[in-house]
Amino acid sequence: MAPARVPAPVIVSVDGVSKRFVIRKDNSLKERIVTLGRVGKKHREEFWALRDVSIEIEAGKTIGLIGHNGSGKSTLLKVIGGILDPTSGTVARRGRIAALLELGAGFHPDLTGRENVFLNASVLGLSRTETEDRFDDIVDFSGIGDFIDTQVKFYSSGMYVRLAFAVAVHTDPDLLLVDEVLAVGDEAFQRKCMDKIKEFQSEGRTIVLVSHSLGSVAELCDRAVLLNRGEVVFDGNAPDAVAAFRDILEDRRVDDAERTHDDAALAGHVLAASAYPTGGVDGDPVNPGDDVTISVTVSHDTGLAEWICAIQIDTPTGQAVYGTTTKRLGVSMPPLHGSRTVEFTLREAMFGAGKYFVNVSLMDFAGRHLHDAPQACSFNVPYYQLAVGTVHAVPEFQDLGATT
Amino acid sequence: MVRVGGPAPGFSGTISSFVEIFRQREMLGLLVRRDLKARYKDSALGFVWTLVRPITQLVIYYVVLGNFLGAARGIPDFAVYIFTGLVAYGLFSEIVVGATASIVGNGGLIKKIYLPREIFPLASVGSSLFNFMIQLVILIAATIAVGHFPWTIELLFAIPSLLILVLYGTAFGFLLSAANVYLRDIGYLVEVIILIMFWASPVVYSWQIVRDQIPTAWMLEVYTNNPVTLAVLGFQRAFWTSGHDIVEYPSELLLRQGVAIFVGLILLVAFQRVFARLQGNFAQEL
Repeated sequence: MAPARVPAPVIVSVDGVSKRFVIRKDNSLKERIVTLGRVGKKHREEFWALRDVSIEIEAGKTIGLIGHNGSGKSTLLKVIGGILDPTSGTVARRGRIAALLELGAGFHPDLTGRENVFLNASVLGLSRTETEDRFDDIVDFSGIGDFIDTQVKFYSSGMYVRLAFAVAVHTDPDLLLVDEVLAVGDEAFQRKCMDKIKEFQSEGRTIVLVSHSLGSVAELCDRAVLLNRGEVVFDGNAPDAVAAFRDILEDRRVDDAERTHDDAALAGHVLAASAYPTGGVDGDPVNPGDDVTISVTVSHDTGLAEWICAIQIDTPTGQAVYGTTTKRLGVSMPPLHGSRTVEFTLREAMFGAGKYFVNVSLMDFAGRHLHDAPQACSFNVPYYQLAVGTVHAVPEFQDLGATT
Repeated sequence: MVRVGGPAPGFSGTISSFVEIFRQREMLGLLVRRDLKARYKDSALGFVWTLVRPITQLVIYYVVLGNFLGAARGIPDFAVYIFTGLVAYGLFSEIVVGATASIVGNGGLIKKIYLPREIFPLASVGSSLFNFMIQLVILIAATIAVGHFPWTIELLFAIPSLLILVLYGTAFGFLLSAANVYLRDIGYLVEVIILIMFWASPVVYSWQIVRDQIPTAWMLEVYTNNPVTLAVLGFQRAFWTSGHDIVEYPSELLLRQGVAIFVGLILLVAFQRVFARLQGNFAQEL
């Protein structure tokens, strides 16, 4: 919860919202009548996509909704957007809203690009005159050019998405709901999406973002809400939410292993890990050029003939910067029974300034993960005045004078 | 702060629904245009196709019923008579059938974006009205061709008749389009009912024949007070002037139409409420 400074106005207030889905297996009139009454109960299954969710979203903030598949993120977004009605609880909001749940929703394949721009803009809440004012901007942004008067069924999928995105970002919303839109398109397009979202942020618009890309959540969001099985399990700053989410993913992996009685997976453990400059102790800063020692203790209760130990180094936003495994190093490990400590040494590591997390995995020889220890340990690289980024190099500069 | 989702209770809900629909009238216009444009895109004859069906029906009924079976006896300008009924009934059936399919047909949009969902059945009403206007022009041209241009005071019957068709069409459009989301059988059921209703209205035969055949007074009342029958009769009085002195109409047609309009308004409000209640789950049922 944010401390009580000058409170920004609340733009969305979700209060005790629950959403129940009833899954019916009988869908025709005949089946309904046949299975009427008590028998009918057997043909329906209930499940709660959201349970008693309460969130307040302040104006100008960017909120990320994260959680695994089926945790209720998209349902919550649709409830906020008014697309689904909650089973109980209320949602209140103010201002113009644009929901980008799917780019080009409402494009009609038989109409031309121009006609679809007007239709789609109207769907997103623009009046005809507003659309006319922005029409040239929209076409420019999309880069469609002369194809604007062609039926959209002849568009390539890239043109289709570009035009749809161009319309969506020109609708001038106060509240923007984004669901996985960032996952489509090529890299240049994704970059364009990101830039536009950052522009919206700087203009003080409110954005609610659903994403599986933890990196982009950590990069973009002021706050993240973690959902698990329809309940809010964490609500706070984005890096903490991402860390909590990783714990849930690990719990689920263990659950899966238990359900499938995968004893090999349950028996393997990463017991401890530490990272420090070679010759130093845990907690010492790692200077560029130092050797880094990563010491890992693993165990297996029932015995493992062949195994692999893997490490991966991440930035706090989840960006992977380094990784290696015993298999890559060509090391054949003797059978693991009980616990064993191994050590990786990274010679003359040149990390840029910042904090780094080490993820450790114990795998069998097929590459199946027996135990993952996300963010098992961490180290810091001191601040370097001359450069930023994850790679260290000493910069030099020369002015070669005017070119003729 | 505006509350989102869930029907507002009582009569205020009706008013706020209609206000919201009114605010989206531009969107409605675009959807109507989309329906019309997309339907005959890439066909060489385009809008001519909207006329092919009623004219084919006209020819079949005229030849088979009128001449072979002798239904034309006692009905002068039988072709104009049938076409008047066909145009009127065509409007009603197109509204109901189109509206019933509208929510399911626009599922892609409904699942992704919030709009007052009433817009979709209403867009079907709009495109049906457009087709109706084209047919009406043909009808008037036909009356001129046979030399009986309907320039009488009775022409005013067209107004309440049209109102009845649109009111009932829209009201049932709301109800059936929402029901069709939950039970896809509704779409097929509607087609059958539309067929029955066609033969239960005096489109290709005269009301007089029914009066002479039906034994009991109350059954005749039931038959006559069917709003679609009232509208068809109204259209015939308005546009088919050839038989005004020969063919009999039920008494107090205007009063009956007035009652039908009043009931239609109540149904429209009631079915819109049903629609509003059901629409909350559209996105998940589609």
